[in-house]
Amino acid sequence: MSDILINIKHKHYDSTQHDTIENLKFSLPSNEFICLIGPSGCGKTTLLNIIAQLDNDFEGEISQDGQALHPNIGYIFQNPRLLPWRTVKENIELVLNQGQSFNCVNLLLKSMQLEESKNKYPEHLSLGMSRRVSIIRAFAINPKILLMDEPFVSLDAPTARQVRELLIKLWLQRPHTILFVTHDLREAITLADRLVFLSPSPMSVISEIKVDIARENRNSENEIEGFRQKLLQNYPEINDLL
Amino acid sequence: MNLNKTLSSFSLLLFILIWHGMAFFVNDNTLPSPVIVVEVLWKEVVSGELPRHLGITLQRLIISFSIAMLLGCAIGITLGINKKLNAFFDNWLVIFLNIPALVTIILCYVWFGLIESAAILAVVINKLPNVIVTIREGAKALDKDLLEMATCYKFSKTKTFIHVIWPQLHPFVMAATRTGLALIWKIILVVELLGRSDGMGYQLHLYFQDFDVAHILAYTVAFITVIQAIELLILKPMDQQAIRWRR
Repeated sequence: MSDILINIKHKHYDSTQHDTIENLKFSLPSNEFICLIGPSGCGKTTLLNIIAQLDNDFEGEISQDGQALHPNIGYIFQNPRLLPWRTVKENIELVLNQGQSFNCVNLLLKSMQLEESKNKYPEHLSLGMSRRVSIIRAFAINPKILLMDEPFVSLDAPTARQVRELLIKLWLQRPHTILFVTHDLREAITLADRLVFLSPSPMSVISEIKVDIARENRNSENEIEGFRQKLLQNYPEINDLL
Repeated sequence: MNLNKTLSSFSLLLFILIWHGMAFFVNDNTLPSPVIVVEVLWKEVVSGELPRHLGITLQRLIISFSIAMLLGCAIGITLGINKKLNAFFDNWLVIFLNIPALVTIILCYVWFGLIESAAILAVVINKLPNVIVTIREGAKALDKDLLEMATCYKFSKTKTFIHVIWPQLHPFVMAATRTGLALIWKIILVVELLGRSDGMGYQLHLYFQDFDVAHILAYTVAFITVIQAIELLILKPMDQQAIRWRR
């Protein structure tokens, strides 16, 4: 499968004077794990919404082989967005493709420690649990592209680490393209193949940096910290973004 | 809970006692005592007259209520979602909301004749704007986040409606149902009084001409009983069903 090209010339909201996104260009090689890093309010969520085709009001194109994009997209929103009137199980079942069985979802529920809560309604869950349900929902459809908008915010540290490990495990098992928005440089280095740094509004790409730490060494604090220090030294402008 | 039940039975008892006391004090046919009313009610039920007319009125109620709710939901959702259509039809809605019920009824009978469908139409026209306005408010307040979620996960239109939109409209539909039933009950009697030869409204009209208050009150009691039954047996369970997910 060839790369997905993202080329947004202009995107602006009626409520603001200047563009939210201007000349933003980068490519998503298939099956790569990309972290987007930028200051808050710079337009990262807007970018994800454009890629997910929730927002079609922009100048430019998102294409693959010169064609418009029609893949199966999993989107983990900043807030969980579960249907409060459906149980955890029903919320996940609703997104499954026809013929897909709930068995694989059971495994996911187990690894996220949600098996006992599967018949509960979202309002009876903690925010952390709801977030995990929304993560399972996105995994469940076996997406070609997975969009994640700061998905681990408000998870406690051990759970966040667990979910991060699960994410990588699933991704290695079944390769797909991941676009991951975060503020946390350490988290980004731990997860990504490539970091894309974004400028404040109007948003565009400042730099793209490959993370060349082998997957098996990603658990090592030293490797991650070393990479981070080097990065901040070589690209001092990154400091302003964080 | 038990105390509440005791209180509510006591208040009902007190109401009947006051009624009885006043009837005793006035001692006139214009205010019969509860005992007389119950006797008349029983006689009417046994003779089959009351069930027949109540049945006819109920049938009219169900038909006009269903039409008004279905049309009202469809139009209300459309206007709630589409701002331009809403801006255009808002004036019409205000006009229809403010036409007195009596005027619609008279016009329907004048234009279409003293027929059953004209009666139903009159009720529907009176009720429809209320349903539209209520449902429109619900449709305006639909959660955009959840709709985006549904688009992103490729929910079909039907699926989006059943799982995302309808549960959000449900409280508004219930509100429209309750106010609607109350309103239709009242209008339907006038419709029957003016242009039908059966139904509760017609009967009340007959008894009014005789100043037969005992019969009028007996029919009223039957009426209130039916409304309470609808509330307890149909609407309450629907509420319970719909709120079980709430905290």
